Amino acid sequence: MTARPAPPRTLFDRIWDSHAVVERDDGYTLLYIDRHLMHDGSGGCFAKLHERGLPLRRPDRSFGTPDHFVASGPEALAPLRRKALETMTANAARHGFTMFDLGDARQGIAHVVGPEQGVTQPGLTLVCGDSHTSTHGALGALAFGVGQSEVAHVMATQCLWQRRPKTMRVTFDGLAPAGVSAKDLALAMIAAIGAGGGAGHVIEYAGEAVRALSVEGRLTLCNMSIEAGARAGMVAPDETAFAYLAGRPYAPQGADWDRALAHWRALPSDPDAVFDREARLDASTLAPMVTWGVSPEEASPVDGRVPDPAAAPDAASREGLARTLDYMGLTPGAAIEGIEVDRVFIGSCTNSRIEDLREAARVLRGRKTARPAWVVPGSGLVKAQAEAEGLDAVFRQAGVEWREPGCSMCVGMNGDVGRPGERIASTTNRNFQGRQGQRVRTHLVSPAMAAAAAVEGRFADVRRML
Amino acid sequence: MEPFVALRAPALPLPLANVDTDQIIPARFLARPREEQVAACFHDLRLDADGAPRAGFPMNRPAFSGARILVARRNFGCGSSRESAVTTLIDNGFRAFVAPSFGDIFFNNCFQNGALPVRLPEARIEALLAALEAEPGAEIAIDLEAGALTGPDGAVDRFEVDGFRRDCLLRGVDVVDLTLGHAAEIAAFEARQARELGWLDRLP
Repeated sequence: MTARPAPPRTLFDRIWDSHAVVERDDGYTLLYIDRHLMHDGSGGCFAKLHERGLPLRRPDRSFGTPDHFVASGPEALAPLRRKALETMTANAARHGFTMFDLGDARQGIAHVVGPEQGVTQPGLTLVCGDSHTSTHGALGALAFGVGQSEVAHVMATQCLWQRRPKTMRVTFDGLAPAGVSAKDLALAMIAAIGAGGGAGHVIEYAGEAVRALSVEGRLTLCNMSIEAGARAGMVAPDETAFAYLAGRPYAPQGADWDRALAHWRALPSDPDAVFDREARLDASTLAPMVTWGVSPEEASPVDGRVPDPAAAPDAASREGLARTLDYMGLTPGAAIEGIEVDRVFIGSCTNSRIEDLREAARVLRGRKTARPAWVVPGSGLVKAQAEAEGLDAVFRQAGVEWREPGCSMCVGMNGDVGRPGERIASTTNRNFQGRQGQRVRTHLVSPAMAAAAAVEGRFADVRRML
Repeated sequence: MEPFVALRAPALPLPLANVDTDQIIPARFLARPREEQVAACFHDLRLDADGAPRAGFPMNRPAFSGARILVARRNFGCGSSRESAVTTLIDNGFRAFVAPSFGDIFFNNCFQNGALPVRLPEARIEALLAALEAEPGAEIAIDLEAGALTGPDGAVDRFEVDGFRRDCLLRGVDVVDLTLGHAAEIAAFEARQARELGWLDRLP
């Protein structure tokens, strides 16, 4: 009898299988969590831990940085926000986890800081009490967001009970044309499969356009996986990922680096691995995208038009679309390029890394903005790097406000919000009603498209401005 | 955790798709304690700019005031991981949510708080929404043990809940305690990982 060859496995399968602590007959797995990221909204989770009198099981596997409640400008913090930040600092002192606190150049948005510090690595399981934890999959980790009870569970046990999700491969064939960024790939995919299209699945991104992306581009793409409803997004670790990680403070060093590298090289999906679902897009045909609605799936190429409810297939979608256009203050059939914006926001865990800022600066260099615009870097280190490259001067000369790192105008809970009725071109991830302030109208775009909108005062095809 | 075995109660129809957790509880209420978040439920959908109830929002109609079950269209609870979305709904009386699909994190957060999310086919959801609209205050009965949901029309739908989650809900299991019962396996995993991937434990 000959031994049957091992069945082909995906990157996801390898990580999942190697982290199963207990497997129950009913299909539930107690999954070990290698890294836990915390932010300033974690106070309630520690309270749950303290109520039970339990210690933080692995402070050495826990990292934190304040981002949600911090101020991006000089204004004073509201008392509840100040309390959240003080609670986090006190919890770091009490439990001894690694904290990149305010005043430390390494502070920033958790999903920018994790990869930047090398805390995020291939093959790891990583969670955070934030849905955009999917970002970290860009380096070949299995990373997903959880609620506060599950955060407290990880704090107490370093594990989570999970049902094995299904797998989905999204392949981007061809290369994205100039002016089409990772953000546009993400928005085009969500428009194609829907805001719930990835529900119950972990997406692996593949194809020529994904291989060609830098790690920062992959972080943007994986970040938006949750907006397609997917639990997580991943990219197979390759030389691009290894070059990014080499020398980062929390990445393995010396002989450990060589051992880690050998482990990481064995992680990618087998060529004949089978995914539960497949989706394909041709990246070479894509254009810069702009969302026109209140769900990330409601997106159009910049040369497209606002849809007409009259053309909707049934009464329910007709009503829904009419309600959306009413909220957004848009006319059916209007050209996307003609829509005027009131202000522009460049930042968030989706698009606040150095390459995002370079893309925005490329458009803004030598031009003046026609609308108020902010750039909020993703971390203190991104800010320092941008300043070393003179990007802050480009922004200031264009009339853009250069601010301090944090989630800022992406979350609407730190004082940075738009005024009611304002229309914002934003590099964030959610165009939900009220996300950037009550009755604010958000249009999701790439950093270059946001910069173009700031200059033109309306949506403009950045491909003409490069 | 309070067990969930069965529930027979009036149901609220919410004929909207992609209701994200920012709609269920806007971010500006998140820094507040849970007791202050009760009034934040669906705040901006429920109230207009002046704080007056919007006539068209189902929760504002007296006929639905006793609702403990919520029926919505696809992808209910998508978006942010905020668990307050579940707790503010619970604190407003809801213990079960019925939709064609849910945001994954919201779905998991329900089980952490003794609430039951039920997935039913799209066509059946449309029929339930129509029935609840035709007869405001009509009841839905949910029997978790039997995996059965009975609509106002008496029609019975079967639904599946993962064995582990079902068990935890039926018995009101404290999951942290359950996991701490596996301390030996967790320690053994950590010892093996320390041997195989030792660099994870060597921090600068």
